[in-house]
Amino acid sequence: MKNILALLSLTALAGCGSAGNWGWYVIDPRTHSGWNNITFLLDGFGATIQLSVIAAVMSMIVGLMVALPGMSTNRWIRLPSRIYVEFVRAIPLLPMLFWVFYGLPVVLKSMGITVRIDAFWGAVITLAISDSAFTAEIYRSGIQSIARGQTEAAKTIGLTYTQTMRYVVLPQAIRRILPPLANQFIYIVKMSAFASVIGMQELTRRANELVVTEYRPLEIYTLLILEYLVLVLIISFFVRWLERKMGADESR
Amino acid sequence: MIDQSETNRTNAIEIKGLNKWYDTYHALKDVDLTVAHGERIVVCGPSGSGKSTLIRCVNSLEAHDSGQITVDGTRMCDASSIEAIRGRVGMVFQQFNLFPHLTILQNLTLGPMKARGLSRKDAEERAMKYLERVQIPEQANKKVSALSGGQQQRVAIARSLCMEPKIMLFDEPTSALDPEMISEVLDVIVDLAESGMTMIVVTHEMGFARRAADRMVFMDHGAIVETGTPEEFFDAPKTERCRTFLNQILKH
Repeated sequence: MKNILALLSLTALAGCGSAGNWGWYVIDPRTHSGWNNITFLLDGFGATIQLSVIAAVMSMIVGLMVALPGMSTNRWIRLPSRIYVEFVRAIPLLPMLFWVFYGLPVVLKSMGITVRIDAFWGAVITLAISDSAFTAEIYRSGIQSIARGQTEAAKTIGLTYTQTMRYVVLPQAIRRILPPLANQFIYIVKMSAFASVIGMQELTRRANELVVTEYRPLEIYTLLILEYLVLVLIISFFVRWLERKMGADESR
Repeated sequence: MIDQSETNRTNAIEIKGLNKWYDTYHALKDVDLTVAHGERIVVCGPSGSGKSTLIRCVNSLEAHDSGQITVDGTRMCDASSIEAIRGRVGMVFQQFNLFPHLTILQNLTLGPMKARGLSRKDAEERAMKYLERVQIPEQANKKVSALSGGQQQRVAIARSLCMEPKIMLFDEPTSALDPEMISEVLDVIVDLAESGMTMIVVTHEMGFARRAADRMVFMDHGAIVETGTPEEFFDAPKTERCRTFLNQILKH
């Protein structure tokens, strides 16, 4: 919280100064055009949040599907998971985004599937895949932190693999998985800015468009950073609350 | 592939030519052991002698590399035979391995409800019956962490009994306990032995062995060195290794 205040007061001070390098009029809520610009920028929140939440949920599902076989004792079942994680982790987000947006429809078309991947879904798919390698690792370490004796005891009382996961391992692992998973959500929110380059109308894209028409990059990008800062601080506040709650449960 | 031949049915457990390697370490060497129905076996020997590995092979918590295991007429060969064997064999671990996120009662009802399809009411009735047998019915609704080690191990025994096994395996059930709690757990095991349960107990509690065992099995370096009645075993051990071992543990 202190950080925001410091930054705000810094920019406010600069705005009051007579140096004349700042032009806060561009986002001055007291003027009609300034207000319009602000609402145009803030409207990006909807898309950024929507994009991040859907990508995060998909990433959590894909991550679990990758993590579970990745812990098999059979190396041939384990192998595809390992390859997936190493492969996906190695690809930078931006090239992957280009490939999914421009390349994937071509690949699908050659397989006889004609789909148009719009900017929103292109970004969702890319973020979800890119993040799933990390969520898979979070699941893996969380599940492996549950002592082997737990699964052995579950076997001796006749539980199947699925039942063991469902009733014994996951309920215990979730306490160790949820906080880092929520933390990973912050990463998705920040990376969602890349969606701007394929034309997705989220926070960053809107700021870029406004800069092009207003020629006030300093002020507009400052506000943009503040927008992300507020969003991320809200999430990290939630993550800390979750960590405390989970930690309290653990020691009970 | 369930072999129900007459010779197998007369014995609870038949182990023939069992070998087990951990990479290059030969953990079990040509182990043969036959346990009759209702027989109580105590397995002892220095640490690393393969005692735990042996009983963990009986319910396939460890996969063996060669040899034959037949439990209650079912020859261990594939996943379904392992499932059938585990359904008839209960196991109690050194570290209890209770499920810490569940209450005592839930620990006991999980197996009967999920693996056997009992209704909650029936499962709880059964659970209370066995909690009374191990003399802690008043702890039913407590969390695992609220119980002492001795109580936890008694719950673990009750949890196994809830699956109504024909054979019980005990893997050093008192080794993780404070000295003052050992006898409360041994009393429960002796009571179980007197009820005619077939059991294999890996333990260093020689007083218990004298009291409850029909037959002693002494293991060293992955092989069975000597077997005999407790009287023969303690009063007139046949091998030098066994004598040395008994001197070491009975010295104090």
